Amino acid sequence: MTIDEAPALTGLAERLRAALGPDAVIDDHQRLRTYECDGLAQYRVTPALVVLPADVTGVVAAVRACAEAGVPFVARGSGTGLSGGALPRADGVLIVTSRLRRIIEIDAASQRAVVEPGVINLDITKAAGADGYYYAPDPSSQLICSIGGNVAENSGGAHCLKYGFTTNHVTGVQFVAPDGEVVRLGGKAPDATGYDLLGAIVGSEGTLGVVTEVTVRLVREPEAVRTLLAGFAGVDDAGAATSAIIGDGVVPAAMEMMDALAIEAAEAAVRCGYPDGAGAVLIVELDGPAAEVEAQFAEVERHCRAHGAFEIRIAADDAERASFWRGRKSAFAAVGRISPDYIVQDGVIPRTVLAEVLHRIAELSRETGIRVANVFHAGDGNLHPLVLFDDAVPGEAERAEEVSGAILDLCIQHGGSITGEHGVGSDKAKYMPRMFSDADLDTMQLLRCAFDPGGLANPGKVFPTPRLCGEVPGRHKGAHPLQDAGIAEVF
Amino acid sequence: MRAAGEEVLDELSATAAARPAGEDDHVDGVPARVVAEPSTTDEAAAVLRIAAARGLAVVPRGTGTKLSWGHPPERVDIVLDTGRMNRVIEHRAGDLVVHVQAGVRLDALQEHLAAARQRLAISPVRPPGAGPGTVGGVVATGATGPLRLSHGAVRDLLIGVTMVRADGTVAKAGGKVVKNVAGYDLGKVLTGAWGTLGLVTEAVFRLHPLPPAARWVTVPVTSADDAHDKVQRVVHSSVMANALELDRAGDGSAALAVLVEGIPQGVDDRVRTLLGLLGDAGDTGEVGDAEVTDVPPGWWGHAPWERGGVALRLTHEIARLPRLLDAVDDAGPRCGLTAAVRGSPGVGVLHAGLPADPGAVSAFVTLLREASPAWGGDIVVLDAPPAVKAGLDVWGPVRGLSLMRRVKDQFDPDHRMAPGRFAGGI
Ligand SMILES: Cc1cc2nc3c(=O)[nH]c(=O)nc-3n(C[C@H](O)[C@H](O)[C@H](O)COP(=O)(O)OP(=O)(O)OC[C@H]3O[C@@H](n4cnc5c(N)ncnc54)[C@H](O)[C@@H]3O)c2cc1C
Ligand SMILES: Cc1cc2nc3c(=O)[nH]c(=O)nc-3n(C[C@H](O)[C@H](O)[C@H](O)COP(=O)(O)OP(=O)(O)OC[C@H]3O[C@@H](n4cnc5c(N)ncnc54)[C@H](O)[C@@H]3O)c2cc1C
Repeated sequence: MTIDEAPALTGLAERLRAALGPDAVIDDHQRLRTYECDGLAQYRVTPALVVLPADVTGVVAAVRACAEAGVPFVARGSGTGLSGGALPRADGVLIVTSRLRRIIEIDAASQRAVVEPGVINLDITKAAGADGYYYAPDPSSQLICSIGGNVAENSGGAHCLKYGFTTNHVTGVQFVAPDGEVVRLGGKAPDATGYDLLGAIVGSEGTLGVVTEVTVRLVREPEAVRTLLAGFAGVDDAGAATSAIIGDGVVPAAMEMMDALAIEAAEAAVRCGYPDGAGAVLIVELDGPAAEVEAQFAEVERHCRAHGAFEIRIAADDAERASFWRGRKSAFAAVGRISPDYIVQDGVIPRTVLAEVLHRIAELSRETGIRVANVFHAGDGNLHPLVLFDDAVPGEAERAEEVSGAILDLCIQHGGSITGEHGVGSDKAKYMPRMFSDADLDTMQLLRCAFDPGGLANPGKVFPTPRLCGEVPGRHKGAHPLQDAGIAEVF
Repeated sequence: MRAAGEEVLDELSATAAARPAGEDDHVDGVPARVVAEPSTTDEAAAVLRIAAARGLAVVPRGTGTKLSWGHPPERVDIVLDTGRMNRVIEHRAGDLVVHVQAGVRLDALQEHLAAARQRLAISPVRPPGAGPGTVGGVVATGATGPLRLSHGAVRDLLIGVTMVRADGTVAKAGGKVVKNVAGYDLGKVLTGAWGTLGLVTEAVFRLHPLPPAARWVTVPVTSADDAHDKVQRVVHSSVMANALELDRAGDGSAALAVLVEGIPQGVDDRVRTLLGLLGDAGDTGEVGDAEVTDVPPGWWGHAPWERGGVALRLTHEIARLPRLLDAVDDAGPRCGLTAAVRGSPGVGVLHAGLPADPGAVSAFVTLLREASPAWGGDIVVLDAPPAVKAGLDVWGPVRGLSLMRRVKDQFDPDHRMAPGRFAGGI
């Protein structure tokens, strides 16, 4: 649908231009196409309208206008999401936060920063660095992703093993509820009275409202950081070393693994110079008080050797440390060098079944002829299999899709999750019923109904079948009314 | 009425253990009709379905150590006691994860985990004279203790939850892996919800290794500013204190104790750094005013109120601690009472104990609430005798209340789960 075919949207565009200024509203088809996808480019939808508010008043105006016109809206930060969470609606408004980029306050004394949602993750760390602080959650996209997007996705990163995820670092938000009400939850102090709705907002993927301000914890820079890179013959050994280190009571700041194919890709892209012949590389970083780090570092080294590491490198300085990380951080993009197309998968398994699951993935790969490169947060059991294919080869894309889905099934079978950090978005809504029962999903949607009875905030994401908010809980049996009406399907 | 009670009892008994309620089963003075004691999630669901069909109000109960916290319920038909739901379902030591039933007692759980050199990093702060409570009670109240500084709050350690809704529907959220963003984080919403959104029947927690060494450094504190200065020195250092607790008795004498845990070499080193930071130089043992011990000071982990007294929770921005302490010092004499304060100023959560004088407490809480913008936190009266609660808004003002009411209406449309216990009359 284009705006000309929808009078409600034409009226909306005029109304929003009047409220936010002419350059804050985009309805030109060519310019709208800039926003047709997020980091998951296989789904593309041109939004009917894009608004770029510069403050919370602008967001309220946009949301309220949508509420009154019954038009769906989707929030978008930097558009780096990998699950199609910011995929626009053809009949809806995309609210982009890129102008909401003020760092409102760095309060090092209280270990908090207050920022607008469009602020880039790494910019918080840059701003806090002068006081010896940083913002801990560090997705690989931290150079470009927004804190609003991080809140919506509950993003993680290499250092989340020790420091926790976005949800452990956000102490307050201001957001615009789908009816246009501005709500504040939490702040610089912990435990605001009432239900922990902050905990619900984080990770809700834009389905509960638009976040307009975020208060985050700042973490003291550690006294010492030591990084080690170990080359192993294969993932079994590296996985065993991972388990041994954690089993010994060491909690590294980060613990990242790459398999042979991922190493090959990284070498092709950035020449990271990882150990020759390594079938797996493990990067372990420890941080904290110097004496603690020294002693534990020796333990980590010992465990790596005991589990077959044939080469261990210890970063002598920051430059060398950065070179260890360069290969790992470039791995997603790097697979583009060894395969024309690929799917970035994101699943989680309990750490202890790492070897078993990696074997099964290798088997799947052999059975189907689809190559899978593995790059992952080993300490968290968060896998990122990169499923490689060539769209030009007939049938290969479909087979890759199947392998990708089979990997998620493996994660579920082993008691894991279909997503550890990239979110459900549009991409994985159909997998939710494999992990959760109807009752589980229905219960989650009670929350959605409390925030958004009209179902206008990012509809179609996360849940395969939206709940009708008016219905009496627990009274529907059999097919969902939306299914009966032919409006939605359970996959 | 009596006959109806018997009928309910018969029906309940067919699905779970049940008995008529006695005087010990009153919830904060409100009498109950029956006590149901399910031993599984399914039995608990059956109990809640019966309650739904008959429109009965249900109040969950663990060991009952905090049933007098919050508002008394508007009514209690069924006390749902989790005492028989006391199984550790699965402890995956290699994954540092444990799955338990809600009625598992925290002390029993810690003992179980210690055998594998692990712990649930929730510290055992206890109300005076009370036992350690159940896992369900810990989740439902979201209470925090000293270890929160280094390990986060209950909400941060809970990774999966199974609940029974008011209508008897069983639902779970989260899972058994630490990293998981599939769906809404209902565990957080249930944490600190005081049983008003549903019954928590099972919980999955992330665990931590038991540290091989622990040492406490305790120093006296002379004033609010001195306390603040010392807290700031510790939190802004790279010593990574595992816990930092302030204790101020009613008479004004005060101490700050810092816990460091880890491997022995590291702990020694950090203790030395701490002694330097806190104004003392030297190695170990008693140096100047600082005391280094390998057991906690006697007050550590104990609530700062007397039995039958009034319990407050005071939250604050870390850097505005002196404003809060000054307000306490100012309001006390004006209301004719003295407040004992204890808690975690590095986290921003303190607790205070007051004598049970209704007029004085009400005046004190009012003064403190008026001044609270100066330190940016909330004041909640956790526990108090009925006469004191009667003259108080125990929860105080709540941001986002209309949204919270809508959440309650969705989860419990008939308002039968612990009705009236929570903020805003929820
Ligand atoms: C190369 C690469 C590496 C990556 N590495 C990681 C990684 O290591 N860890 C990780 O977790 N993720 C990673 N990601 C995924 C992505 O960067 C994160 O999900 C990030 O949080 C998205 O932020 P964004 O600003 O780009 O959000 P967008 O893509 O614009 O939006 C993401 C979701 O958030 C919602 N949203 C955005 N802003 C708001 C707001 N203000 N209020 C409400 N909802 C909002 C959107 O509706 C959408 O559902 C990576 C992506 C790329 C491309
Ligand atoms: C200041 C302070 C700090 C504390 N900090 C800690 C701490 O950090 N760590 C710690 O372990 N203990 C702490 N405690 C003690 C401990 O939290 C309590 O004893 C325990 O939480 C209460 O458990 P209980 O089983 O006695 O709950 P009860 O007193 O029986 O119930 C408390 C509330 O929870 C509800 N409830 C109970 N079970 C359920 C359930 N299964 N589902 C839904 N709702 C339920 C009840 O309806 C009631 O509202 C602290 C206590 C104090 C006073």
